[in-house]
Amino acid sequence: MSAPDQTSAQSGGAADAEAQAALWLQRRQFWDWSPSDQAELDAWIGQSTAHEVAFIRLMAGYSRTERLVALRAPHVERSVLGRLFHIAAAVIVIAVVGGGALFFSEPKETVYTTPVGGRQTIMLADGSRIDLNTDSVLRIGSDVRRVTLDRGEAYFQIKHDAARPFIVTAGGHRVVDLGTKFLVRSKADHLNVVLVEGRARVDSGDDSGPRSVMLVPGDEVVATARDITKVRKTTQDLSNQLGWRRGVIVFQHTTLADAAAEFNRYNPNKIVIGDDAVAALKIGGTFPSEDPESFAEIAQYLLHLRIERRAGAIVLTK
Amino acid sequence: MTASALVDWFVREILPLEAALMHFLQQNWRNPHEIADLRQDVYVQVYDAARKQIPTHPKAFVFQTARNLLINRVRRDHVVSIEAVPDLETLSIAADLPSPEHAAIARDDLRRLRAALDRLPPRCREAVILGRIEGLPGRAIAVRMGVSDATVSEHLANGIRALVDEIYGHDVQRKGQP
Repeated sequence: MSAPDQTSAQSGGAADAEAQAALWLQRRQFWDWSPSDQAELDAWIGQSTAHEVAFIRLMAGYSRTERLVALRAPHVERSVLGRLFHIAAAVIVIAVVGGGALFFSEPKETVYTTPVGGRQTIMLADGSRIDLNTDSVLRIGSDVRRVTLDRGEAYFQIKHDAARPFIVTAGGHRVVDLGTKFLVRSKADHLNVVLVEGRARVDSGDDSGPRSVMLVPGDEVVATARDITKVRKTTQDLSNQLGWRRGVIVFQHTTLADAAAEFNRYNPNKIVIGDDAVAALKIGGTFPSEDPESFAEIAQYLLHLRIERRAGAIVLTK
Repeated sequence: MTASALVDWFVREILPLEAALMHFLQQNWRNPHEIADLRQDVYVQVYDAARKQIPTHPKAFVFQTARNLLINRVRRDHVVSIEAVPDLETLSIAADLPSPEHAAIARDDLRRLRAALDRLPPRCREAVILGRIEGLPGRAIAVRMGVSDATVSEHLANGIRALVDEIYGHDVQRKGQP
């Protein structure tokens, strides 16, 4: 038996029970396993409900990781057809590189767009990272530290460079990073900037002259053509607002009208609220952003609504 | 009720509530380091109660147990601010997500598992890939990675825990993501 000895294990907190259960499980799965090992495991499980529950939970979850086998590297087949593809691929690569050399000899602007429901991560040469949310347009010029958000929402994690601040232009405002992680969302009539880490400044030019607001982590700035207001956010709020990076939308006492609008940003299949009474109902929870159908079913169940399905729309009524 | 029927019941009715339970605990308890312990305590109480009699409404029973546990903790443990209690009274419906969300999560298992795998520390990930995906036994993993059997066991155990947490939907409320 080559797996580690577990006899020293004492029953402590839940974390201990789960850590021990995981050691037992891997030992059973990956190492020699004899009837006496099984008896030892049975005895450990019998010691307390905490052990038993931890092991059941882990075992049931582990069986569902079976799907990972789908990631196994495929074995390469060297068929004639395969070789033909290789030749074709080589030709294409040359063609692209050749064309590319002509095309990119002049540094120019790159435009990144995401469709409704899409998401894209852009890694910049300086190590900075931009996550682009649904239905967004971002332009990066020949200087990668000058970008423009034409539409939608993006999360910036910027490698700080005191000599070259990173500047995002959106909706007539400028966000200047001072070593930062921040979220920018451009809407029809205003811009939201949320600072998650570091420091940043929002500059706005308007009729009454330029104005600037400094942000500390947890600040959200709403900038319109006329004014800039600042509100405080909790860590939970920040995490919720960034839920899209994990493919989820988080609501907390959100009206159905707002919730529907949020889902509709991500999906061609729209949620329509039937009447004002329904629009004002509130809901909370975490939902996969690409699944308005499930959300509608949950709302139906919790708020006793009716669902009507029309072409390209899910209508919620009382 | 037989032991295996009890286990089946627990896996079928209780474990799928884990994401909602974690969410509830996080909303109503200040110390994030105690959430896993609290969740485990809820499971223990639910399981022990079910040994005697299977609750007719498992979901309601789980959240009632969680709620009582938090209230008792607040009473017992004066370190915790009493402000935590009013939140409990207005038990948000967010805590009580019905199954459609879980169905959606289940459809997405592979994508989520893959992301969880990518987040593991490199050596741990390597051990899990060799073991769970390539199907090598522990001994062969140790040889391939040039480390001791005990180290491989440690990596596999940690990796399994992270993947299982992902399966139960912990990513939905993972902290430190921003």
